Formats: sequence, structure tokens, C-alpha cells
Amino acid sequence: MKIIQATIFGAAALAIAYTAQAQDYRAQAISMMKRDFHAKGIAGMDRLDEDTVQKICNLSHNNPPKGLAERLQQDQLEDIKYPADGKFLGDWKSGEKIAQRGRGMTWKDKDGKTSRGEPNGGSCYNCHQIGPDTTSFGSIGNSLLHFGKIRGYGADMQKYVYGKIYNAKAFNLCSAMPRFGHSDTLSEEQIKDLVALLLDPNSPVNK
Amino acid sequence: MSSIKLRVVVALSGLAFACAAQAGQTATPVKVAAQTKKAASKSRSAIAAEFEKFRDIMEEASPAELFEAKGEELWKAKRGPKNASLEKCDLGLGPGVLKGAYVKMPRYFADTDQVMDAERRIVYCMVTLQGFKEADLAKKPFSSASKTPDPVSLVTYVAGQSRGMKIAVPQKHPKERDAYNTGEEIFNYRAGPWDFSCATCHGADNLRIRTQDLPNLSSKEGAIAAFQGWPGYRMTGGLMHTLQWRLNDCFRQQRFPEPGYVSETLSDLLTYMGVNANGHVYKGPGIKR
Repeated sequence: MKIIQATIFGAAALAIAYTAQAQDYRAQAISMMKRDFHAKGIAGMDRLDEDTVQKICNLSHNNPPKGLAERLQQDQLEDIKYPADGKFLGDWKSGEKIAQRGRGMTWKDKDGKTSRGEPNGGSCYNCHQIGPDTTSFGSIGNSLLHFGKIRGYGADMQKYVYGKIYNAKAFNLCSAMPRFGHSDTLSEEQIKDLVALLLDPNSPVNK
Repeated sequence: MSSIKLRVVVALSGLAFACAAQAGQTATPVKVAAQTKKAASKSRSAIAAEFEKFRDIMEEASPAELFEAKGEELWKAKRGPKNASLEKCDLGLGPGVLKGAYVKMPRYFADTDQVMDAERRIVYCMVTLQGFKEADLAKKPFSSASKTPDPVSLVTYVAGQSRGMKIAVPQKHPKERDAYNTGEEIFNYRAGPWDFSCATCHGADNLRIRTQDLPNLSSKEGAIAAFQGWPGYRMTGGLMHTLQWRLNDCFRQQRFPEPGYVSETLSDLLTYMGVNANGHVYKGPGIKR
């Protein structure tokens, strides 16, 4: 209900800024893609449907009105499923492997698994600098080297990092970062391992 | 023809050196091994610059020319159920006119009332003039280790006929302007499990995935990089690929379903990218990392 209200509010606010012609091209683009694409493997045609967050980010060119963004971020925050045992730190060694692995969720992959039968990767190094030994890292995300050393290792920080990986849109609505928990890309255990990669004092990230 | 083949042989031996150097094999000649070691200590941008230098040398005698030659043979041969050549195919400048046609596509074609990119138009000609079935051509449209599909060689040949010419993708017809605007919307459309659009990776300057520089296709400088890159002989895998393949692979990595081969969606995206690259000189089919 909250999401629906916010959507109506958002659509009204954005309609003012958005010309009728641009709307036409957008509508044309969407119907054209739905006509021209076909499902392949696990990638069904439903992947072309926007959810509320995507729609607002698309309509606003990733610059949503502040009030609307805050309301939708709140919805995303409530969507995060935190670990039932209240523990956020997994195994950083396993986290490093997940961060390195870029596979999963494409045509030849399986649900939750890559085509090679491994668990999905997080593709973290594709965008972020993380550990000191990997020099082939991307630049779409910020550097995470020394993450815990800089930001601290406390329980609040652990919870924040878990939530950020689970659903980055809860903190920055139109962030480029995927929602790894929300999209069922990574499991609770995998996200814990990634939290450890960033926040275990023994992780090379913090050396 | 024979000079082309000779240059290709030279190019391929150059490639073998380069690939060996990339893999860091112990059998690499001393000079290349030394260069590799030197490169490893440099920053990523320096490595990219080195590769650009290497590519400039390679493009003097690019393996892409092998596919141009193959494409020329295919273009002129009587083939298909109608036993006809493609020499009457109209790529926008009149039947059979190839010089400069590639850098002016995608464009509007009155006979189909559609905006078509080079590969889409060539497939159309193969269907109408030669009697091939589009569904058959769309079955396995991309190069693999065992096969380079005919349209790939044909596009490479046609692209080669625009070598050294200025990109001038037209925006005169209303449908060409519509294609640009729709293409821009598709480029920016975020969806799928990872919330990606084309623009997530290709919509800003100086972005990288791992060490791979990502051209900003919404900018003039970035768009030329994409236009220039394909058709290209890709050293990874050693296959010749066109823009149709590149966009297909982008959508795969975007975690979208699969776009139809030579579909309007891809023509519109290519119109957006092509117009953004207008004014730059197209150097012809080349090689890619």
C-alpha cells in the first residue's frame, strides 16, 4: 500500500518535469523491447518489467525528488531480511571468492547457481577496489580498501554493510549497485561472508 | 587480393606474439616477455595506452581483412534459393553502391518503411534478393570457433568500404529522429534483477569494469570508440564479431532476456550510438582486446 501511494505521488511529481513527447518515446521503447526480446534460460520476459524503484529512477533520470526518494528508500529498508541469529560476520576467505566471482543470473546460469554449478558471484571487484592483492578492479563503485579500518568494526557498521549489500537502494534509491539479497542473487550466508571481507579485522582488506 | 592475404599472415603472426605475451607463457620471445614484465609494473591506463599502440600497428594489417575478403566473395557470388548475388542490394546510396554506405547507417529505407542498421539491411537483402529465410539466419547469427556466419563477413566487407570516411548517420527523416529518441530511452532503461541499463556502465566518463575501460556512449568521444570497435576481430577467442553481437552480449551481462537478432530495438540503439559518433572518421574494421 505504501509503495502504491508513493508511486502515485511520484508519477504526479514527475509528470510535470517530463514532457509528453519524451513519455511517448519511453512508452515506445518499452513496448518495442517487449516485442523484440525473448526469454532465454532463467532470464524471463518479466525481467523487462520495472519495479517501483526502477520506474522512478528511469522517469527521473536517476535523480528522484528528495521526499519521494526517502519514502521509497524506507520501503526498501523494510524489505531487508536481517539474519535471524543476529550475527553479521561470516568467513572473509569465502567472501573474497564471492567478491571475485562475476558469474550468475545470465542466460546459461541456474537459479542461485552459475552454469558451472558454483554459487552466484557478487561481481564486487568488477566495480570496487577491495583487497590489496587484486589490482584488476573496476571504478564504478568507490574503493573499499581498509573499509573496517577507516569506518570501524562495530555492530551498527556490520548491520549497515549487510543491509547495503542486501539492498543498496535502501540507502541510495538510484544507486548503480544491484540489490543482491532482494534479487535472490546472494544467500544470507554469502552476504555474511562479504560483510566479513570488509569488516573482519583479520581480513586482508583491513591490513 | 594476394596482398591482403600476405598482410593477414603478417598480422596473425603478430597476434600470436601478442596472445602469448598476454598469457605470460615462458616460451615467449625475450623481447615480448620483457615488454610484458614492463607493462605489468605500469598503471592500468599505461597498459591500455600500450594496447592502443599495438592496435595501431596491428590495424595496418588486420586479420579483419581476411573476413573482408570472404565477405566480398559472398557479396558477389550467386547464392541462395534464388541463385542471385547481393550486387543489387541497396544500402541507402542506391543498388550496389557500397562506398561510404556503412558510415551512413542506420538509416531510413522507404521500401521497408523502417530504420535499419547495416546488418539488418544486409540480412534483408539476403532474404529478398537471395531467398534465404530470416529465421534461419537468426538461428546462430554469431561467430563461434567452428563457424563465422555469412552476415558477419558481409558486414565486415561493407564496413571496409567506408574505411577512412566520416561517420554521418542521417537524422533527416522523422523515423530516423524517432529511432534516435527511442534508442536513447532504451539506452537508459533500467530493469532486470540487477537494475542495470546500458547507461549504468556506458553512461559516464572514465568508468571501468575490472581493467576494461568503458566508453561513455552518450558522449561523442565514447560513441566513436564503440562505432570504431565493431566489426572487430576479437583477440579473446579469436573471433570476428559485429555490433549485433556486441549489443547481444551487453544485454546478457545486463541480466536482461535476449534481444532479437537484427530487431528494431537494436537498430534504434545503434542509431543513438551512431549519431552520437557523427563527424568522426571511421578507420574500418579492426581488432579488439
